[in-house]
Amino acid sequence: MKPSLFGYHAPKTLAEAVAILASDADAAVLAGGQSLLPAMNFRVAAPSTLVDIQHVAGLKGITIKDGAITVRAMTRHREFELDADARQANPLVAEVMQHVAHVPIRNRGTVVGSLCHADPSAEVPLLLVLLGGSVVAQGPQGTREIETEDFFQGFMTTARRADEIIVEARFPLLPAGAGWAFDEVTRRHGDFALVGVGCVVALDAQSKVQTIQLAACGIADRPARLKEAEALLAGSSLTPADLDAAANASLSAVSGSDDMHASASYRRRALKALIKRMVIKAAERAHAGALT
Amino acid sequence: MKRMIKPSIPEHSDDPRVTVTLTVNGEAVSRTVSVRMLLSDFLRHELGLTGTHVGCEHGVCGCCTVHIDGKAGRSCLTLAVQANGADIRTIESVADADGALHPVQQAFKECHALQCGFCTPGMVMNIVNRFDEPGPLDLTDDGIRDMLSGNLCRCTGYINIIAAVRRAAELMGRA
Amino acid sequence: MSTRSFGARIERNIDPKLLRGEGAFVDDIPLANPLHVAFLRSPHARARITSIDVTAAKARPGVVAVYTCDDIGPLDMTMPLLIPHPSMKNPQTQRPLARGEVHYVGQTIAMVVAVDRYTAEDGAGLIDVEFEPLPVEMDMAKALKDGAPLVHATVPNNLAAHLVQVSGAPDDAFARAEHVTRITVQVDRSTAAPMECRAVAARWDAVAGELTVWDGTQAPISVRGGLASIFGLDEDKVRVIAPDVGGGFGQKVLLFYPDELLVPMAAIQLGRPVKYIEDRRENFLGSSQERTQIHSIELAAMKNGEVIGLRDSFLHDTGAFIPYGIAVAQVASTSIAGPYRIPNIWVEFKAVYTPTVQVTPYRGCGRPQACFALERAMDQLAEELGLDRFDVRRRNLVGEHQFPYEREGLLFADGLKVTLDSGQYDKALTMAAEALGAKDFAAAQAKARSEGKYLGLGLACYVEGTGLGPYEGGHVRVHPITGKVYVNTGLSTQGQGHDTVFAQIVADQMGVKPEDVIVVEGDTKAFDWGVATFASRAAVVSGNAIHKAAITVRKKTIVAAANMLEVTEDEIELRDSAAWVKGSNRFVPLAAIATASNPLRYAFNEAAQAATQFAPASRHDGPPLADGEAPGLEATEYYSPSASTWAYGVHGAIVEVDPDLCKVTIKKYICVHDCGNMINPTIVEGQVMGGIAQGIGGALYERLDYQPDGNLANASLMDFLVPYATEIPPVSVLHLETPTPLNPLGVKGVGEAGCIAVGAVVASGVEDALKSFGKIKFHHVPLTPTMISDALESVGR
Repeated sequence: MKPSLFGYHAPKTLAEAVAILASDADAAVLAGGQSLLPAMNFRVAAPSTLVDIQHVAGLKGITIKDGAITVRAMTRHREFELDADARQANPLVAEVMQHVAHVPIRNRGTVVGSLCHADPSAEVPLLLVLLGGSVVAQGPQGTREIETEDFFQGFMTTARRADEIIVEARFPLLPAGAGWAFDEVTRRHGDFALVGVGCVVALDAQSKVQTIQLAACGIADRPARLKEAEALLAGSSLTPADLDAAANASLSAVSGSDDMHASASYRRRALKALIKRMVIKAAERAHAGALT
Repeated sequence: MKRMIKPSIPEHSDDPRVTVTLTVNGEAVSRTVSVRMLLSDFLRHELGLTGTHVGCEHGVCGCCTVHIDGKAGRSCLTLAVQANGADIRTIESVADADGALHPVQQAFKECHALQCGFCTPGMVMNIVNRFDEPGPLDLTDDGIRDMLSGNLCRCTGYINIIAAVRRAAELMGRA
Repeated sequence: MSTRSFGARIERNIDPKLLRGEGAFVDDIPLANPLHVAFLRSPHARARITSIDVTAAKARPGVVAVYTCDDIGPLDMTMPLLIPHPSMKNPQTQRPLARGEVHYVGQTIAMVVAVDRYTAEDGAGLIDVEFEPLPVEMDMAKALKDGAPLVHATVPNNLAAHLVQVSGAPDDAFARAEHVTRITVQVDRSTAAPMECRAVAARWDAVAGELTVWDGTQAPISVRGGLASIFGLDEDKVRVIAPDVGGGFGQKVLLFYPDELLVPMAAIQLGRPVKYIEDRRENFLGSSQERTQIHSIELAAMKNGEVIGLRDSFLHDTGAFIPYGIAVAQVASTSIAGPYRIPNIWVEFKAVYTPTVQVTPYRGCGRPQACFALERAMDQLAEELGLDRFDVRRRNLVGEHQFPYEREGLLFADGLKVTLDSGQYDKALTMAAEALGAKDFAAAQAKARSEGKYLGLGLACYVEGTGLGPYEGGHVRVHPITGKVYVNTGLSTQGQGHDTVFAQIVADQMGVKPEDVIVVEGDTKAFDWGVATFASRAAVVSGNAIHKAAITVRKKTIVAAANMLEVTEDEIELRDSAAWVKGSNRFVPLAAIATASNPLRYAFNEAAQAATQFAPASRHDGPPLADGEAPGLEATEYYSPSASTWAYGVHGAIVEVDPDLCKVTIKKYICVHDCGNMINPTIVEGQVMGGIAQGIGGALYERLDYQPDGNLANASLMDFLVPYATEIPPVSVLHLETPTPLNPLGVKGVGEAGCIAVGAVVASGVEDALKSFGKIKFHHVPLTPTMISDALESVGR
């Protein structure tokens, strides 16, 4: 399984990289290559040109600024996963990243690459959606920030234009005192999620839900915020009845059909269970009254 | 058998070629190869380091694991040209120059952690790299299984490999 | 050195080389300027080929040759049917390159030879084929009906073979039964998925007229014979080498795959070495698969649980072709009563053609399917009669005093009636019960349920006919220069450690360290009488042949040493690579004896000089080499088993099921097995654990997903789920050693043991775990989360 032929460039500057992309509609950006190379080896992807951005200046690094963890384009999954500041700024980072494939893949694959690949079962896009983050795109016309709800547009489709490079992703910090949880169900360890659910919850002084964010991957053509469940749980004491109602309200978010790894009906069952489990776990980690 | 006319065969394809300059097992290497050559094929056939094996070419089995700039990675998912300027280590660099086995290799031998040996170089490269990482190792059964996930073995059923990782940690004073 | 090697847990001789990455698998072998092969494979399950245009492919720079069925001369043939059997009316085998029509997605249509594999794939992509797709039927039962689309026009109803076997009087048994249990079970298709895919490289020496082929095969001698015959070459002009091979599991015993003929042909024609290194996608689309069977099984029993009769009718999916004959279905049929007496058996199978990759043996070879059917039925019987699952089995096991236990009318793969020769079945069951904590399990299960956890206990017993003939050979020779002992046999290894276990057998006879026994096999130049490595037979057949040869060489050595040391034979003992006079420190090294046994040698080295310090090796009047004697310390012997020897075991597990996420976690897996005497218990355990891991794959994860149109939807390791370490639980292997009376070493085969019972164990455990939810049965493996979810839904959960 060898790739078909392509032209190869390893630009040193962003401007160069963007110019090459702009000149060839079938060009692809090569960062970590952990999603692109398998597709090329199978010849289901055959870009005419590869723009290898690993040597582009200014694309490395993780910084905490303006209420978000900023991850530049060439940051590998494993760097993000192990970054002490990022883990502290948002414990969901460590919690989610350990589920991404396997360590050797995380050593090479990039956070931004996973966002651009936009596999609906992937964990990194879910993290961005859960936290309500954004990405920054650089094109021939300049830079723009794209909010997550605008970025993921459909099955493996994003708002990135063919001549744009996503140069960074911004993951909001965990609000002080908020609780957090993520888990997924897979067939084998490290596989894509059949269903994955993440939760961030803040409790008021009476331990009722002050704010809640709930999102799922693997259930639709893109990661989904479970807005109906969030609405039902806002202000609630998270009783079993509340959780049941929220879980049931989320079932309509399962829009896929049966596939070889999971039926839609199994996905609904697993979604319900994970929602309940993750809300409870996140609430246990939350400090009551922290957001006053 | 009737002799046929020897066909005229070019030395290589007409793929555009690139010069790849990198360090492999501590040695500087510079070769000119097809732009699309995979790092796995580069190491095996251009450099003759056939210890790195190819099991799937889609990143699932881990047989092709090498160290790229000090980190375990799949050579089948890396283009040779991507490794320009990189520092690569393969299985051939793990034992001593005189052939004495590295503790991880020694542990595999003691624990019967290999049968056909095809997945073994990738396993060893993965484990050696995990042991390279700073900090304490999770040597519980689940911790070791986690370390090994991403490397497929079809012969051993993994139980002896788990024992070998534990034994290697002992031999290396990391237990 | 006086420790006995046979039975010792010694480390393997071959490991350092493999660990250092110095293994030589086919693609590692440095050939001078090789050319590379890629195949164009059919994208349709059934279609007529109306035209093939290779012009663009041939024109691609770097493409050296493109072959279709019209370009391969006499190789355009249907490839051999390896094992004929009267139950097959019109057996179909495939052609190396399709002619006129294709029968499965992946079938080879054209071969491209190029300067590198990348270019060869480009070439294959440039071949333009026009197809007229034909209808397909993937469901076996529907495929048998009149009017169903045919895989082969000349085979009505897609019926490849039909066989009924009867033992005893099953109709009578069913007539007088007090209870009949009936279930239908299904096992889905899987594939061996060895880590090294298949590979063939060939080099033609036009000057010498010699063909050398490196082939990752389990059957180098058989391949050599076939190639010599097909290419019209003398056998001594064809050398086949199976070098290091990265796992076989049966997939690599089939011959011929198209490449095994076409690659040598291209090497001969093009005057350059040619290699074909199958990639993973091709392994899924072209290399053998196995497992699909649907069994409708009935047990006729008395109320006390004694099973007096069994009927089983099963459909066996043979894929698009049947080159290996009915072996898988036959082995399944003859294993259908397992370790139980069940004296009255009616077993029928229909082998059905489907437009899919051909089915030939994969580790287990039909035994996993038979075990699944039988053991699920035994569980069902126990439940229906209100009896304990262990008790029902115990009541039916063949007792020690009943061996040899014959099943007249069931002919095993050796052509003889099934004869269980030896074992301690009841003891194995007891050991399993104890290891599982069966006595206390009900209480543990109830406690877990009160905590909202669902635990289950799974159990299954199996038998395994091993040590198939017709024969193998062993050649043993002491090397006169080093004193090391060289051993050859006609097998090849794919990781089973032959280099060590055969060394252990010889080490004991010759008084040397196992590291000083060098085993060379897998090369027709080294030894070329024999069959292949498959069907759990290496230790039994080659082991015993090598043992015989070692005994002969030992005898010669002692006679020669006695003469050289001028004592009687009884006074000689062999140890530490020398012959010693017992109770003294007089000795002569093996190397010297070997040198002296070849009376034509000059004293050209130390061993030869040492030899001249002793009396001649052979003392008699007359010529130095007497009539009937051979020079050197060397012997070749053969072992031909009179019948298969039957290994057996009991597996069990404690599983936990999460009914919300429908995940199965195996908390503990135990295996009690008996393969007679064990040459190297560590290697035996390795074989068993490897088999168990494949069994877990088949129980929970591995299913080839053929679509209704015949496309294989998961032709990759991403979606065909081979377990990682994280999916394999802690496994305990417990040994029982009941030597077989059937061969001098008392050994039985064990290569396939691990995988046979796992599916039944897991299904049994999951069913037990979820029984509090209602009547939920699991009669289909692999058991997926979706299936568990559906089952729970069916009882309103």
